[in-house]
Amino acid sequence: MADAAVRIATERLSAMYGKSTAVKDVTLSFAANRVHALIGPSGCGKSTFLRAMNRMHELTPGGWITGRVLLDGQDVYAPGVNPMQLRRRVGMVFQKPTPFPTMSIFDNVAAGLRVGQRRPKAELAETVEQALRGAALWDEVKDRLATSAVALSGGQQQRLCVARTIAPQPEVILLDEPTASLDPQGTQRIEELLFTLKQTFTIIIVTHNMQQAARVSDTTTFFYLGGMVETGATRQLFTSPAREETEAYITGRFG
Amino acid sequence: MSPSATGSDATLGGARFGDRLFKAALTLTALAVPVLLGFLVFELWAGSREAIGEFGLGFLTSSEWDPVEGRFGALPLIFGTVVSSALALLIAVPLSLGVAIFLTEFAPMRIRGPVSFLIELLAAIPSVVYGLWGIFVMIPFLRATVFPFLKDTLGFLPFFQGPIYGPGMLSAAIILAIMVMPYIMSVSREVLLAVPNTQREAALALGATRWEALTGAVLPYARSGIIGAVILGLGRALGETMAVTMVIGNRHEIAASLFAPGYTMAAAIANEFAEAVENIHLSALSYVALTLFVVTVLINAAARLLIWRVAQGGGGKSA
Repeated sequence: MADAAVRIATERLSAMYGKSTAVKDVTLSFAANRVHALIGPSGCGKSTFLRAMNRMHELTPGGWITGRVLLDGQDVYAPGVNPMQLRRRVGMVFQKPTPFPTMSIFDNVAAGLRVGQRRPKAELAETVEQALRGAALWDEVKDRLATSAVALSGGQQQRLCVARTIAPQPEVILLDEPTASLDPQGTQRIEELLFTLKQTFTIIIVTHNMQQAARVSDTTTFFYLGGMVETGATRQLFTSPAREETEAYITGRFG
Repeated sequence: MSPSATGSDATLGGARFGDRLFKAALTLTALAVPVLLGFLVFELWAGSREAIGEFGLGFLTSSEWDPVEGRFGALPLIFGTVVSSALALLIAVPLSLGVAIFLTEFAPMRIRGPVSFLIELLAAIPSVVYGLWGIFVMIPFLRATVFPFLKDTLGFLPFFQGPIYGPGMLSAAIILAIMVMPYIMSVSREVLLAVPNTQREAALALGATRWEALTGAVLPYARSGIIGAVILGLGRALGETMAVTMVIGNRHEIAASLFAPGYTMAAAIANEFAEAVENIHLSALSYVALTLFVVTVLINAAARLLIWRVAQGGGGKSA
Protein backbone atom coordinates (compact mmCIF):
# COMPACT_ATOMS: atom_id res chain seq x y z
CA MET A 1 0.00 0.00 0.00
CA ALA A 2 2.82 2.35 0.81
CA ASP A 3 4.86 3.01 -2.28
CA ALA A 4 2.31 4.09 -4.86
CA ALA A 5 3.31 7.08 -6.97
CA VAL A 6 2.13 10.49 -5.82
CA ARG A 7 -0.57 11.78 -8.16
CA ILE A 8 -1.41 15.11 -6.61
CA ALA A 9 0.20 17.00 -3.78
CA THR A 10 0.05 20.34 -2.02
CA GLU A 11 2.98 22.35 -0.73
CA ARG A 12 2.29 24.87 2.03
CA LEU A 13 -1.11 25.53 0.52
CA SER A 14 -3.14 28.29 2.14
CA ALA A 15 -6.55 29.37 0.86
CA MET A 16 -8.12 32.69 1.72
CA TYR A 17 -11.44 34.46 1.34
CA GLY A 18 -10.44 38.10 1.17
CA LYS A 19 -8.58 38.66 4.42
CA SER A 20 -9.74 35.58 6.28
CA THR A 21 -7.78 32.38 5.98
CA ALA A 22 -9.73 29.14 5.55
CA VAL A 23 -6.82 26.76 4.97
CA LYS A 24 -3.40 27.31 6.57
CA ASP A 25 -0.15 25.96 5.26
CA VAL A 26 -1.17 22.43 4.32
CA THR A 27 1.42 20.11 2.81
CA LEU A 28 -0.03 16.77 1.78
CA SER A 29 0.48 14.22 -0.93
CA PHE A 30 -2.06 11.82 -2.38
CA ALA A 31 -0.96 8.51 -3.88
CA ALA A 32 -2.45 7.33 -7.14
CA ASN A 33 -5.26 4.76 -7.13
CA ARG A 34 -6.17 5.27 -3.52
CA VAL A 35 -9.16 6.72 -1.75
CA HIS A 36 -8.14 9.57 0.51
CA ALA A 37 -10.59 10.88 3.08
CA LEU A 38 -10.55 14.40 4.51
CA ILE A 39 -12.39 14.63 7.81
CA GLY A 40 -12.95 17.34 10.36
CA PRO A 41 -15.71 19.47 11.91
CA SER A 42 -17.69 22.00 9.86
CA GLY A 43 -15.69 25.04 8.89
CA CYS A 44 -12.35 23.31 9.30
CA GLY A 45 -11.36 24.14 5.74
CA LYS A 46 -11.54 20.69 4.19
CA SER A 47 -13.95 21.69 1.42
CA THR A 48 -11.97 24.83 0.65
CA PHE A 49 -8.82 22.72 0.51
CA LEU A 50 -10.55 20.42 -1.98
CA ARG A 51 -11.72 23.33 -4.11
CA ALA A 52 -8.24 24.82 -4.17
CA MET A 53 -6.92 21.67 -5.79
CA ASN A 54 -8.87 22.09 -9.04
CA ARG A 55 -8.85 25.88 -8.86
CA MET A 56 -12.56 26.16 -8.13
CA HIS A 57 -11.71 28.18 -5.02
CA GLU A 58 -10.61 31.17 -7.07
CA LEU A 59 -14.08 31.40 -8.65
CA THR A 60 -15.54 32.37 -5.29
CA PRO A 61 -15.47 36.17 -4.99
CA GLY A 62 -12.44 37.07 -2.90
CA GLY A 63 -10.89 33.60 -3.15
CA TRP A 64 -7.10 33.38 -3.47
CA ILE A 65 -4.30 31.05 -2.43
CA THR A 66 -0.63 30.88 -1.61
CA GLY A 67 1.57 27.81 -1.92
CA ARG A 68 1.53 25.19 -4.64
CA VAL A 69 -0.62 22.33 -5.88
CA LEU A 70 1.33 19.77 -7.87
CA LEU A 71 -0.45 17.48 -10.32
CA ASP A 72 2.01 14.87 -11.58
CA GLY A 73 4.76 17.15 -10.34
CA GLN A 74 3.53 20.27 -12.18
CA ASP A 75 2.28 23.33 -10.34
CA VAL A 76 -1.34 23.89 -11.37
CA TYR A 77 -1.12 27.51 -10.27
CA ALA A 78 1.92 28.23 -12.43
CA PRO A 79 1.42 31.03 -14.93
CA GLY A 80 0.30 29.66 -18.28
CA VAL A 81 -1.75 26.83 -16.80
CA ASN A 82 -5.27 26.91 -18.17
CA PRO A 83 -7.68 26.24 -15.28
CA MET A 84 -10.25 24.82 -17.74
CA GLN A 85 -7.74 22.22 -18.89
CA LEU A 86 -6.85 21.47 -15.28
CA ARG A 87 -10.48 20.88 -14.31
CA ARG A 88 -10.80 18.35 -17.10
CA ARG A 89 -7.98 16.41 -15.41
CA VAL A 90 -9.21 16.94 -11.85
CA GLY A 91 -12.95 16.31 -11.78
CA MET A 92 -15.34 17.20 -8.98
CA VAL A 93 -18.59 15.84 -7.53
CA PHE A 94 -20.60 18.12 -5.28
CA GLN A 95 -22.55 17.69 -2.09
CA LYS A 96 -25.93 17.93 -3.76
CA PRO A 97 -26.53 16.15 -7.05
CA THR A 98 -26.27 18.80 -9.77
CA PRO A 99 -27.66 17.28 -12.96
CA PHE A 100 -28.40 19.83 -15.68
CA PRO A 101 -32.19 19.81 -15.58
CA THR A 102 -32.80 20.76 -19.20
CA MET A 103 -30.58 17.98 -20.52
CA SER A 104 -31.30 14.32 -21.04
CA ILE A 105 -29.43 11.64 -19.13
CA PHE A 106 -27.18 11.11 -22.15
CA ASP A 107 -26.45 14.80 -22.60
CA ASN A 108 -25.66 15.19 -18.92
CA VAL A 109 -22.96 12.55 -19.10
CA ALA A 110 -21.73 13.95 -22.40
CA ALA A 111 -21.60 17.53 -21.07
CA GLY A 112 -17.98 17.28 -20.00
CA LEU A 113 -17.05 15.73 -23.33
CA ARG A 114 -18.59 18.58 -25.26
CA VAL A 115 -16.59 21.38 -23.70
CA GLY A 116 -13.31 22.30 -25.26
CA GLN A 117 -13.34 19.99 -28.24
CA ARG A 118 -15.72 18.17 -30.57
CA ARG A 119 -15.78 14.41 -30.67
CA PRO A 120 -17.30 12.06 -33.22
CA LYS A 121 -20.79 10.85 -32.36
CA ALA A 122 -19.94 7.15 -32.16
CA GLU A 123 -17.08 7.81 -29.80
CA LEU A 124 -19.35 9.98 -27.69
CA ALA A 125 -21.98 7.25 -27.33
CA GLU A 126 -19.36 4.72 -26.38
CA THR A 127 -17.73 6.97 -23.79
CA VAL A 128 -21.11 7.83 -22.27
CA GLU A 129 -21.95 4.15 -21.94
CA GLN A 130 -18.60 3.40 -20.32
CA ALA A 131 -19.02 6.29 -17.89
CA LEU A 132 -22.51 5.12 -16.94
CA ARG A 133 -21.25 1.58 -16.44
CA GLY A 134 -18.37 2.96 -14.41
CA ALA A 135 -20.85 4.78 -12.19
CA ALA A 136 -22.99 1.61 -11.84
CA LEU A 137 -25.95 3.37 -13.42
CA TRP A 138 -26.03 1.87 -16.91
CA ASP A 139 -28.49 -0.95 -16.20
CA GLU A 140 -30.94 1.44 -14.59
CA VAL A 141 -30.97 4.07 -17.34
CA LYS A 142 -29.93 2.37 -20.58
CA ASP A 143 -33.52 2.28 -21.86
CA ARG A 144 -34.21 5.92 -21.15
CA LEU A 145 -31.04 7.78 -22.03
CA ALA A 146 -33.04 10.43 -23.87
CA THR A 147 -35.31 11.26 -20.93
CA SER A 148 -34.76 14.10 -18.50
CA ALA A 149 -32.17 13.62 -15.80
CA VAL A 150 -34.31 15.17 -13.09
CA ALA A 151 -36.70 12.20 -13.15
CA LEU A 152 -34.00 10.09 -11.50
CA SER A 153 -33.89 9.55 -7.73
CA GLY A 154 -31.41 11.52 -5.64
CA GLY A 155 -29.02 8.60 -5.44
CA GLN A 156 -29.24 7.97 -9.17
CA GLN A 157 -28.68 11.67 -9.83
CA GLN A 158 -25.53 11.59 -7.75
CA ARG A 159 -24.25 8.53 -9.64
CA LEU A 160 -25.13 10.39 -12.84
CA CYS A 161 -22.90 13.22 -11.64
CA VAL A 162 -20.16 10.68 -10.96
CA ALA A 163 -20.62 9.37 -14.51
CA ARG A 164 -20.46 12.93 -15.83
CA THR A 165 -17.26 13.52 -13.89
CA ILE A 166 -15.49 10.34 -15.00
CA ALA A 167 -16.59 10.54 -18.65
CA PRO A 168 -13.74 12.87 -19.70
CA GLN A 169 -11.34 10.45 -17.95
CA PRO A 170 -9.78 12.73 -15.38
CA GLU A 171 -6.84 11.57 -13.29
CA VAL A 172 -8.17 12.76 -9.95
CA ILE A 173 -11.74 12.88 -8.67
CA LEU A 174 -12.62 15.24 -5.85
CA LEU A 175 -15.81 14.43 -3.97
CA ASP A 176 -17.21 17.05 -1.62
CA GLU A 177 -19.48 15.22 0.82
CA PRO A 178 -21.06 13.28 -2.05
CA THR A 179 -23.49 11.35 0.16
CA ALA A 180 -24.59 14.17 2.45
CA SER A 181 -27.97 14.49 0.75
CA LEU A 182 -28.56 10.79 0.05
CA ASP A 183 -30.48 8.09 1.89
CA PRO A 184 -28.58 5.08 3.33
CA GLN A 185 -29.12 3.01 0.22
CA GLY A 186 -27.87 5.74 -2.11
CA THR A 187 -24.93 6.27 0.23
CA GLN A 188 -24.04 2.61 0.08
CA ARG A 189 -24.09 2.57 -3.71
CA ILE A 190 -21.71 5.50 -3.87
CA GLU A 191 -19.39 3.94 -1.31
CA GLU A 192 -19.28 0.68 -3.24
CA LEU A 193 -18.55 2.66 -6.35
CA LEU A 194 -15.42 4.17 -4.81
CA PHE A 195 -13.80 0.75 -4.58
CA THR A 196 -14.08 0.17 -8.30
CA LEU A 197 -13.29 3.76 -9.23
CA LYS A 198 -9.98 3.79 -7.40
CA GLN A 199 -8.61 1.22 -9.79
CA THR A 200 -8.68 3.91 -12.45
CA PHE A 201 -8.67 7.18 -10.58
CA THR A 202 -7.15 8.89 -7.59
CA ILE A 203 -9.97 9.79 -5.26
CA ILE A 204 -10.13 12.45 -2.58
CA ILE A 205 -13.35 12.55 -0.59
CA VAL A 206 -14.45 15.11 1.98
CA THR A 207 -16.83 13.60 4.47
CA HIS A 208 -18.54 14.46 7.72
CA ASN A 209 -19.18 10.85 8.40
CA MET A 210 -16.33 9.13 10.20
CA GLN A 211 -17.73 5.66 9.65
CA GLN A 212 -17.73 6.44 5.96
CA ALA A 213 -14.12 7.55 6.04
CA ALA A 214 -13.21 4.38 7.91
CA ARG A 215 -15.13 2.21 5.44
CA VAL A 216 -13.99 3.61 2.13
CA SER A 217 -10.60 5.23 2.47
CA ASP A 218 -7.02 4.07 2.42
CA THR A 219 -5.64 7.20 4.03
CA THR A 220 -7.35 9.77 6.21
CA THR A 221 -6.41 13.34 6.98
CA PHE A 222 -7.88 15.21 9.90
CA PHE A 223 -8.41 18.95 9.47
CA TYR A 224 -9.11 21.30 12.33
CA LEU A 225 -9.39 25.10 12.35
CA GLY A 226 -8.03 25.38 8.82
CA GLY A 227 -4.92 23.38 9.52
CA MET A 228 -3.95 19.80 8.85
CA VAL A 229 -3.66 18.04 12.20
CA GLU A 230 -2.81 14.51 11.27
CA THR A 231 -2.62 12.28 8.23
CA GLY A 232 -1.94 8.61 7.84
CA ALA A 233 -3.25 5.20 6.90
CA THR A 234 -6.93 5.11 7.75
CA ARG A 235 -6.74 2.11 10.06
CA GLN A 236 -3.89 3.59 12.01
CA LEU A 237 -5.48 7.01 12.31
CA PHE A 238 -8.70 5.57 13.61
CA THR A 239 -7.16 3.00 15.98
CA SER A 240 -4.16 4.82 17.34
CA PRO A 241 -4.20 8.50 16.45
CA ALA A 242 -1.01 10.33 17.24
CA ARG A 243 -2.63 13.60 18.21
CA GLU A 244 -4.98 14.32 21.03
CA GLU A 245 -7.36 16.48 18.91
CA THR A 246 -7.71 13.65 16.41
CA GLU A 247 -8.64 11.21 19.11
CA ALA A 248 -11.10 13.66 20.63
CA TYR A 249 -12.77 14.16 17.25
CA ILE A 250 -12.99 10.54 16.17
CA THR A 251 -14.30 9.45 19.54
CA GLY A 252 -17.02 12.05 19.21
CA ARG A 253 -15.94 14.43 21.94
CA PHE A 254 -16.46 17.40 19.63
CA GLY A 255 -17.34 18.21 16.05
CA MET B 1 -48.01 27.55 24.81
CA SER B 2 -49.73 27.97 28.12
CA PRO B 3 -53.34 29.22 27.80
CA SER B 4 -55.94 27.29 29.77
CA ALA B 5 -58.13 24.76 27.99
CA THR B 6 -61.21 26.98 27.90
CA GLY B 7 -59.20 29.99 26.79
CA SER B 8 -57.69 28.12 23.87
CA ASP B 9 -61.11 26.72 22.94
CA ALA B 10 -62.45 30.22 22.75
CA THR B 11 -59.60 31.38 20.52
CA LEU B 12 -60.04 28.37 18.29
CA GLY B 13 -63.78 29.08 17.92
CA GLY B 14 -63.01 32.71 17.15
CA ALA B 15 -60.37 31.72 14.67
CA ARG B 16 -62.84 29.46 12.91
CA PHE B 17 -65.27 32.32 12.37
CA GLY B 18 -62.45 34.68 11.46
CA ASP B 19 -61.09 32.18 8.97
CA ARG B 20 -64.48 31.84 7.31
CA LEU B 21 -64.88 35.57 7.08
CA PHE B 22 -61.38 35.94 5.71
CA LYS B 23 -61.95 33.21 3.16
CA ALA B 24 -65.22 34.79 2.03
CA ALA B 25 -63.57 38.18 1.65
CA LEU B 26 -60.72 36.72 -0.36
CA THR B 27 -63.11 34.76 -2.55
CA LEU B 28 -64.98 37.97 -3.29
CA THR B 29 -61.82 39.82 -4.32
CA ALA B 30 -60.74 36.88 -6.45
CA LEU B 31 -64.13 36.75 -8.14
CA ALA B 32 -63.94 40.47 -8.85
CA VAL B 33 -61.26 39.87 -11.47
CA PRO B 34 -63.19 37.57 -13.84
CA VAL B 35 -66.36 39.61 -13.27
CA LEU B 36 -64.57 42.83 -14.23
CA LEU B 37 -63.10 41.10 -17.25
CA GLY B 38 -66.58 39.91 -18.23
CA PHE B 39 -67.98 43.44 -17.97
CA LEU B 40 -65.09 44.78 -19.98
CA VAL B 41 -65.66 42.36 -22.83
CA PHE B 42 -69.40 42.98 -22.70
CA GLU B 43 -68.97 46.75 -22.86
CA LEU B 44 -66.56 46.48 -25.75
CA TRP B 45 -68.92 44.20 -27.57
CA ALA B 46 -71.94 46.39 -26.86
CA GLY B 47 -70.07 49.48 -28.00
CA SER B 48 -68.94 47.88 -31.22
CA ARG B 49 -72.23 46.16 -32.07
CA GLU B 50 -73.12 48.72 -34.71
CA ALA B 51 -69.72 48.39 -36.43
CA ILE B 52 -69.81 44.60 -36.18
CA GLY B 53 -73.23 44.61 -37.82
CA GLU B 54 -72.06 46.97 -40.55
CA PHE B 55 -68.64 45.50 -41.41
CA GLY B 56 -68.61 42.01 -39.90
CA LEU B 57 -65.30 40.21 -39.92
CA GLY B 58 -64.37 42.10 -43.07
CA PHE B 59 -63.40 44.90 -40.68
CA LEU B 60 -60.27 42.93 -39.82
CA THR B 61 -59.12 42.59 -43.43
CA SER B 62 -60.09 45.97 -44.82
CA SER B 63 -57.60 48.81 -45.06
CA GLU B 64 -60.11 51.56 -45.58
CA TRP B 65 -60.55 54.21 -42.92
CA ASP B 66 -62.89 56.97 -44.05
CA PRO B 67 -64.83 58.68 -41.26
CA VAL B 68 -66.52 61.00 -43.76
CA GLU B 69 -68.00 58.16 -45.80
CA GLY B 70 -68.39 56.03 -42.68
CA ARG B 71 -66.26 53.16 -43.97
CA PHE B 72 -63.80 51.55 -41.61
CA GLY B 73 -61.26 48.70 -41.60
CA ALA B 74 -58.66 47.85 -38.99
CA LEU B 75 -56.01 45.93 -40.93
CA PRO B 76 -53.40 48.74 -40.96
CA LEU B 77 -53.89 49.16 -37.21
CA ILE B 78 -53.48 45.46 -36.52
CA PHE B 79 -50.46 45.41 -38.80
CA GLY B 80 -48.98 48.44 -37.05
CA THR B 81 -49.49 47.01 -33.57
CA VAL B 82 -48.01 43.62 -34.43
CA VAL B 83 -45.10 44.94 -36.48
CA SER B 84 -44.08 47.72 -34.08
CA SER B 85 -44.20 45.33 -31.11
CA ALA B 86 -42.33 42.56 -32.90
CA LEU B 87 -39.63 44.98 -34.06
CA ALA B 88 -39.39 46.44 -30.58
CA LEU B 89 -38.77 42.96 -29.14
CA LEU B 90 -36.24 42.24 -31.88
CA ILE B 91 -34.27 45.24 -30.69
CA ALA B 92 -34.94 45.03 -26.96
CA VAL B 93 -34.53 41.30 -26.26
CA PRO B 94 -30.86 40.90 -27.22
CA LEU B 95 -29.98 44.19 -25.53
CA SER B 96 -31.79 43.46 -22.29
CA LEU B 97 -30.55 39.87 -22.16
CA GLY B 98 -27.03 41.10 -22.74
CA VAL B 99 -27.32 43.60 -19.92
CA ALA B 100 -28.92 41.05 -17.58
CA ILE B 101 -26.19 38.48 -18.31
CA PHE B 102 -23.48 41.08 -17.87
CA LEU B 103 -24.94 42.22 -14.56
CA THR B 104 -25.35 38.73 -13.10
CA GLU B 105 -22.32 36.93 -14.48
CA PHE B 106 -19.57 39.30 -15.43
CA ALA B 107 -19.89 42.81 -13.98
CA PRO B 108 -17.80 43.76 -10.94
CA MET B 109 -19.86 43.38 -7.76
CA ARG B 110 -19.91 47.06 -6.87
CA ILE B 111 -21.46 48.26 -10.14
CA ARG B 112 -24.19 45.57 -10.29
CA GLY B 113 -26.57 47.25 -7.85
CA PRO B 114 -26.33 50.82 -9.16
CA VAL B 115 -26.64 49.82 -12.82
CA SER B 116 -29.71 47.63 -12.31
CA PHE B 117 -31.26 50.39 -10.20
CA LEU B 118 -30.73 52.92 -12.99
CA ILE B 119 -32.24 50.62 -15.58
CA GLU B 120 -35.25 49.93 -13.39
CA LEU B 121 -35.69 53.69 -13.01
CA LEU B 122 -36.32 53.84 -16.77
CA ALA B 123 -39.52 51.92 -16.13
CA ALA B 124 -40.81 54.72 -13.93
CA ILE B 125 -40.69 57.42 -16.61
CA PRO B 126 -44.20 58.33 -17.87
CA SER B 127 -44.74 57.34 -21.47
CA VAL B 128 -45.66 60.86 -22.54
CA VAL B 129 -42.16 61.89 -21.51
CA TYR B 130 -40.74 59.16 -23.72
CA GLY B 131 -42.94 60.50 -26.51
CA LEU B 132 -41.69 64.04 -26.12
CA TRP B 133 -38.11 62.86 -25.93
CA GLY B 134 -38.80 60.84 -29.05
CA ILE B 135 -40.08 63.85 -30.96
CA PHE B 136 -37.45 66.35 -29.87
CA VAL B 137 -34.34 64.23 -29.43
CA MET B 138 -34.60 60.74 -30.84
CA ILE B 139 -36.30 61.42 -34.16
CA PRO B 140 -34.01 64.31 -35.21
CA PHE B 141 -31.04 62.14 -34.35
CA LEU B 142 -32.37 59.09 -36.23
CA ARG B 143 -33.36 61.20 -39.22
CA ALA B 144 -29.93 62.77 -39.46
CA THR B 145 -27.76 59.71 -38.86
CA VAL B 146 -29.21 56.23 -38.41
CA PHE B 147 -31.94 56.27 -41.06
CA PRO B 148 -29.74 57.57 -43.92
CA PHE B 149 -27.13 55.00 -42.95
CA LEU B 150 -29.70 52.19 -43.04
CA LYS B 151 -30.98 53.45 -46.36
CA ASP B 152 -27.49 53.56 -47.84
CA THR B 153 -26.39 50.13 -46.61
CA LEU B 154 -29.61 48.10 -46.57
CA GLY B 155 -31.56 50.13 -49.12
CA PHE B 156 -31.88 47.12 -51.43
CA LEU B 157 -34.41 45.69 -48.95
CA PRO B 158 -37.97 46.98 -49.28
CA PHE B 159 -37.97 47.77 -45.55
CA PHE B 160 -35.44 50.56 -45.91
CA GLN B 161 -36.68 52.34 -49.03
CA GLY B 162 -38.71 55.46 -49.67
CA PRO B 163 -38.62 58.91 -48.14
CA ILE B 164 -37.41 59.40 -44.59
CA TYR B 165 -39.96 61.43 -42.65
CA GLY B 166 -38.72 60.85 -39.16
CA PRO B 167 -41.90 59.73 -37.47
CA GLY B 168 -42.76 56.23 -38.65
CA MET B 169 -42.84 52.55 -37.87
CA LEU B 170 -39.13 52.23 -37.08
CA SER B 171 -39.14 55.26 -34.79
CA ALA B 172 -42.08 53.77 -32.90
CA ALA B 173 -40.36 50.40 -32.65
CA ILE B 174 -37.20 51.98 -31.28
CA ILE B 175 -39.01 54.01 -28.66
CA LEU B 176 -41.01 50.91 -27.70
CA ALA B 177 -37.79 48.94 -27.43
CA ILE B 178 -36.36 51.51 -25.04
CA MET B 179 -39.56 51.41 -23.00
CA VAL B 180 -39.80 47.62 -22.64
CA MET B 181 -36.08 47.09 -22.01
CA PRO B 182 -36.20 47.79 -18.29
CA TYR B 183 -38.93 45.18 -17.81
CA ILE B 184 -37.23 42.45 -19.79
CA MET B 185 -33.86 43.31 -18.25
CA SER B 186 -34.94 43.32 -14.63
CA VAL B 187 -37.06 40.18 -14.85
CA SER B 188 -34.33 38.29 -16.75
CA ARG B 189 -31.86 39.47 -14.16
CA GLU B 190 -34.00 38.10 -11.34
CA VAL B 191 -34.38 34.83 -13.20
CA LEU B 192 -30.63 34.52 -13.78
CA LEU B 193 -29.95 35.34 -10.14
CA ALA B 194 -32.30 32.52 -9.18
CA VAL B 195 -30.22 29.95 -11.07
CA PRO B 196 -28.48 27.96 -8.33
CA ASN B 197 -24.76 28.57 -8.18
CA THR B 198 -24.28 24.79 -8.10
CA GLN B 199 -25.35 24.71 -11.77
CA ARG B 200 -22.60 27.17 -12.72
CA GLU B 201 -20.06 25.33 -10.63
CA ALA B 202 -21.03 21.95 -12.02
CA ALA B 203 -20.34 23.21 -15.53
CA LEU B 204 -17.13 24.99 -14.55
CA ALA B 205 -15.89 21.89 -12.70
CA LEU B 206 -16.21 19.98 -15.98
CA GLY B 207 -13.71 22.38 -17.49
CA ALA B 208 -16.26 24.64 -19.16
CA THR B 209 -15.31 28.23 -19.88
CA ARG B 210 -17.56 30.90 -18.42
CA TRP B 211 -19.19 31.23 -21.83
CA GLU B 212 -19.83 27.48 -22.00
CA ALA B 213 -21.17 27.48 -18.45
CA LEU B 214 -23.50 30.32 -19.40
CA THR B 215 -24.84 28.86 -22.62
CA GLY B 216 -24.74 25.23 -21.50
CA ALA B 217 -26.04 25.43 -17.95
CA VAL B 218 -27.25 28.86 -16.82
CA LEU B 219 -29.36 30.01 -19.78
CA PRO B 220 -31.08 26.63 -20.32
CA TYR B 221 -31.96 26.53 -16.63
CA ALA B 222 -33.40 30.04 -16.85
CA ARG B 223 -35.08 29.77 -20.24
CA SER B 224 -38.73 29.54 -19.22
CA GLY B 225 -38.26 32.52 -16.92
CA ILE B 226 -36.57 34.48 -19.68
CA ILE B 227 -39.43 33.74 -22.06
CA GLY B 228 -41.73 35.02 -19.32
CA ALA B 229 -39.72 38.23 -19.20
CA VAL B 230 -39.99 38.66 -22.96
CA ILE B 231 -43.75 38.15 -22.79
CA LEU B 232 -44.05 40.78 -20.12
CA GLY B 233 -42.23 43.13 -22.47
CA LEU B 234 -44.44 42.11 -25.36
CA GLY B 235 -47.53 42.87 -23.33
CA ARG B 236 -46.23 46.35 -22.59
CA ALA B 237 -45.36 46.94 -26.25
CA LEU B 238 -48.73 45.82 -27.57
CA GLY B 239 -50.67 48.11 -25.30
CA GLU B 240 -48.40 51.16 -25.26
CA THR B 241 -50.31 54.16 -26.52
CA MET B 242 -49.04 57.63 -25.80
CA ALA B 243 -45.37 57.41 -26.81
CA VAL B 244 -46.25 55.44 -29.92
CA THR B 245 -48.87 57.83 -31.18
CA MET B 246 -46.39 60.68 -30.76
CA VAL B 247 -43.75 59.13 -33.01
CA ILE B 248 -45.41 56.67 -35.39
CA GLY B 249 -46.87 59.18 -37.82
CA ASN B 250 -50.51 58.14 -37.40
CA ARG B 251 -51.48 57.14 -40.92
CA HIS B 252 -53.91 54.33 -41.77
CA GLU B 253 -51.61 52.64 -44.23
CA ILE B 254 -49.69 49.44 -44.63
CA ALA B 255 -46.25 50.18 -46.03
CA ALA B 256 -43.36 47.85 -46.57
CA SER B 257 -40.90 50.55 -45.64
CA LEU B 258 -40.18 50.96 -41.96
CA PHE B 259 -39.50 54.64 -42.56
CA ALA B 260 -43.12 55.16 -43.60
CA PRO B 261 -45.70 56.35 -41.06
CA GLY B 262 -48.08 53.81 -39.63
CA TYR B 263 -50.62 53.48 -36.86
CA THR B 264 -51.42 51.11 -34.04
CA MET B 265 -54.73 50.08 -32.53
CA ALA B 266 -54.02 51.71 -29.19
CA ALA B 267 -52.77 54.90 -30.82
CA ALA B 268 -55.80 55.18 -33.11
CA ILE B 269 -58.24 54.78 -30.23
CA ALA B 270 -56.47 57.42 -28.14
CA ASN B 271 -56.22 59.86 -31.04
CA GLU B 272 -59.65 59.59 -32.58
CA PHE B 273 -61.97 58.91 -29.71
CA ALA B 274 -62.28 62.54 -28.67
CA GLU B 275 -62.86 63.68 -32.26
CA ALA B 276 -65.28 61.00 -33.34
CA VAL B 277 -68.78 62.41 -33.69
CA GLU B 278 -70.59 59.86 -35.83
CA ASN B 279 -71.93 56.82 -34.01
CA ILE B 280 -70.43 54.47 -36.56
CA HIS B 281 -66.99 56.04 -36.06
CA LEU B 282 -67.25 55.58 -32.29
CA SER B 283 -68.47 52.07 -32.77
CA ALA B 284 -65.63 51.29 -35.16
CA LEU B 285 -63.14 52.49 -32.54
CA SER B 286 -64.83 50.26 -30.00
CA TYR B 287 -64.48 47.41 -32.47
CA VAL B 288 -60.76 48.24 -32.73
CA ALA B 289 -60.52 48.07 -28.95
CA LEU B 290 -62.23 44.68 -28.95
CA THR B 291 -59.81 43.51 -31.64
CA LEU B 292 -56.85 44.77 -29.60
CA PHE B 293 -58.18 42.88 -26.61
CA VAL B 294 -58.55 39.67 -28.60
CA VAL B 295 -55.12 40.01 -30.24
CA THR B 296 -53.49 40.61 -26.86
CA VAL B 297 -55.25 37.64 -25.29
CA LEU B 298 -54.31 35.40 -28.24
CA ILE B 299 -50.65 36.42 -28.16
CA ASN B 300 -50.45 35.97 -24.41
CA ALA B 301 -52.14 32.58 -24.62
CA ALA B 302 -49.67 31.49 -27.28
CA ALA B 303 -46.83 32.73 -25.12
CA ARG B 304 -48.15 30.87 -22.05
CA LEU B 305 -48.36 27.75 -24.15
CA LEU B 306 -44.76 28.26 -25.20
CA ILE B 307 -43.58 28.63 -21.58
CA TRP B 308 -45.57 25.58 -20.63
CA ARG B 309 -44.07 23.54 -23.44
CA VAL B 310 -40.56 24.69 -22.56
CA ALA B 311 -41.10 23.96 -18.87
CA GLN B 312 -42.38 20.49 -19.78
CA GLY B 313 -39.06 19.79 -21.43
CA GLY B 314 -37.50 19.95 -17.98
CA GLY B 315 -35.67 22.90 -16.64
CA GLY B 316 -35.70 25.41 -13.90
CA LYS B 317 -38.84 26.86 -12.56
CA SER B 318 -39.67 30.29 -13.80
CA ALA B 319 -39.38 33.01 -11.23
